[in-house]
Amino acid sequence: MEQHQLHPDTWVDNYADYLFNYAVARINDAEIAKDLVQETFFAGLKSASNYKGTAAERTWLIAILKRKVIDYYRKINSNKGKAEVRMGYSSQIDADGDWLEEQVADPLSILENDDIENEELGLTIQECISKLPKKQAMVFSMKTIQGMDTEDICKELGINPSNLWVMIHRARTALMDCLNKNWF
Amino acid sequence: MISCEEAAIICNKEQYKEATFFEKIKLILHLMVCKTCSKFSKQNSQLTSLCDKAPLRAIPEKEKVKMKKELQEKI
Repeated sequence: MEQHQLHPDTWVDNYADYLFNYAVARINDAEIAKDLVQETFFAGLKSASNYKGTAAERTWLIAILKRKVIDYYRKINSNKGKAEVRMGYSSQIDADGDWLEEQVADPLSILENDDIENEELGLTIQECISKLPKKQAMVFSMKTIQGMDTEDICKELGINPSNLWVMIHRARTALMDCLNKNWF
Repeated sequence: MISCEEAAIICNKEQYKEATFFEKIKLILHLMVCKTCSKFSKQNSQLTSLCDKAPLRAIPEKEKVKMKKELQEKI
């Protein structure tokens, strides 16, 4: 069996966005999600001696993040003194009044599945991005995910536009390849 | 006629709506005669729609630098 090793100095570059997407999907607050990712890294560093090398680095970090997410929900619930179950009463005026019936999932609706599938797609894309060379990943993420202007990216990274488009091209070609293998 | 390399660059720009009108015409003409680039163009658009569909989020680069520094201090 292949033995994995921890490389904390590459964690932010390799896993920060992946973990961040995972956390945001569950917390719905970018600022808190970012803090949880950082806490995950710290916790990982602290318990690095417990890492046996049987799981991949990322899987191991995700497992820590999962605990952090659970802890977060525990904390906000205990702040209020008790766990709260929120009922979403339908606010429609013309509702029939039988709220239990209104809460039942519509078996014909595939919207929920769409959300879950898109979430998985997001993580797959993120995984593919993390396999790119660092600079390509950075340019692609700035352009595609953060939607920055070509000019701003060039200024920030000190490259010229034709450099940028070549990097985008390489990144996109590699991503198509990666998604063909892992998604379709 | 433009080369395949040029066509690919324009095709990538088009994914971010940054190709000029003149470039688009050149690309369309090229795609009419070049099968390889047509296929590339199709896959490229597919990648764009996948990226649009997926909720992709990234931590801004500046934040990452900060995170790295904080982490480095603890290593």
